[in-house]
Amino acid sequence: MRRADDALSSDEIEAVGHFAYLGVLVFTLIGTAWLEVFLRARVYTKLLRLTLTVLPVVVVFVIWDLYAISAGHWTFDPQRTTGVVFAGGLPLDEVLFFVVIPIAAILTLEAVRSMKRWQVGDEPTQACVDGVRIDDSGDLR
Amino acid sequence: MTYTQLSVIGIVVVVVLDMLVFRTRLLGRRVFWVAYAIIVFFQLITNGILTGLAIVRYDGSAIIGSSTPLEQPPPFFGDGRIAYAPVEDLMFGFALVALTLILWVWWGRRDVQRTPYSGPPVQRMQGVLGYQPADDKP
Repeated sequence: MRRADDALSSDEIEAVGHFAYLGVLVFTLIGTAWLEVFLRARVYTKLLRLTLTVLPVVVVFVIWDLYAISAGHWTFDPQRTTGVVFAGGLPLDEVLFFVVIPIAAILTLEAVRSMKRWQVGDEPTQACVDGVRIDDSGDLR
Repeated sequence: MTYTQLSVIGIVVVVVLDMLVFRTRLLGRRVFWVAYAIIVFFQLITNGILTGLAIVRYDGSAIIGSSTPLEQPPPFFGDGRIAYAPVEDLMFGFALVALTLILWVWWGRRDVQRTPYSGPPVQRMQGVLGYQPADDKP
């Protein structure tokens, strides 16, 4: 059922509308992919570390989201989301958000490290001087 | 609890996790804040789309500002909103990003795929990006 005030009023455009939220996530993935390729962020090559990082984040924020939905903090436009909804009223789009945004965040952190060699905190202590990594034994040349 | 209260708690929790639980000390590093500055800029754009188009709609009783109106976009700035999104979303986003990066660094410290580190940028992009090799630094 379309809203009377909906500017996107044709059936065709309405069908596309269901991918609005998903489109934002795809935009985020495409917009950050070059960091992996050209800045050699090396995030997608560390799949185990990526999974172990993202999974707990998804769990924590899905719980937050389910509470927020049940308490009525926010709602989702059924016309602009995929329509795939999990128990508790949680849209698939929202779950994917908690996967895509962490990946984009890690890519950004690693991109900054790629450019600056600034200490991130996972280096051996002697590898960094004044917050910059000087020991390149962990580098891939 | 309101979204406002929960988002403040979210920030307190990630600070405690970083300083006392995982001891990653990420929030004290410039690499985090430079990365976060980039992230928050793009968050304002993408979240502005999600909230400005009312794909996600908020209840006024849970946030500082008013409910997302039914017939028009919410204010771009003001009434507790920045770039259409409630200010709570910035705190929510900070907690999401900080928790992610804390865990990422923590797994690295535990030597889960710690190396090879990121970088350097590919040769032909180094000039465009203004990349300085480590050897050129004092």
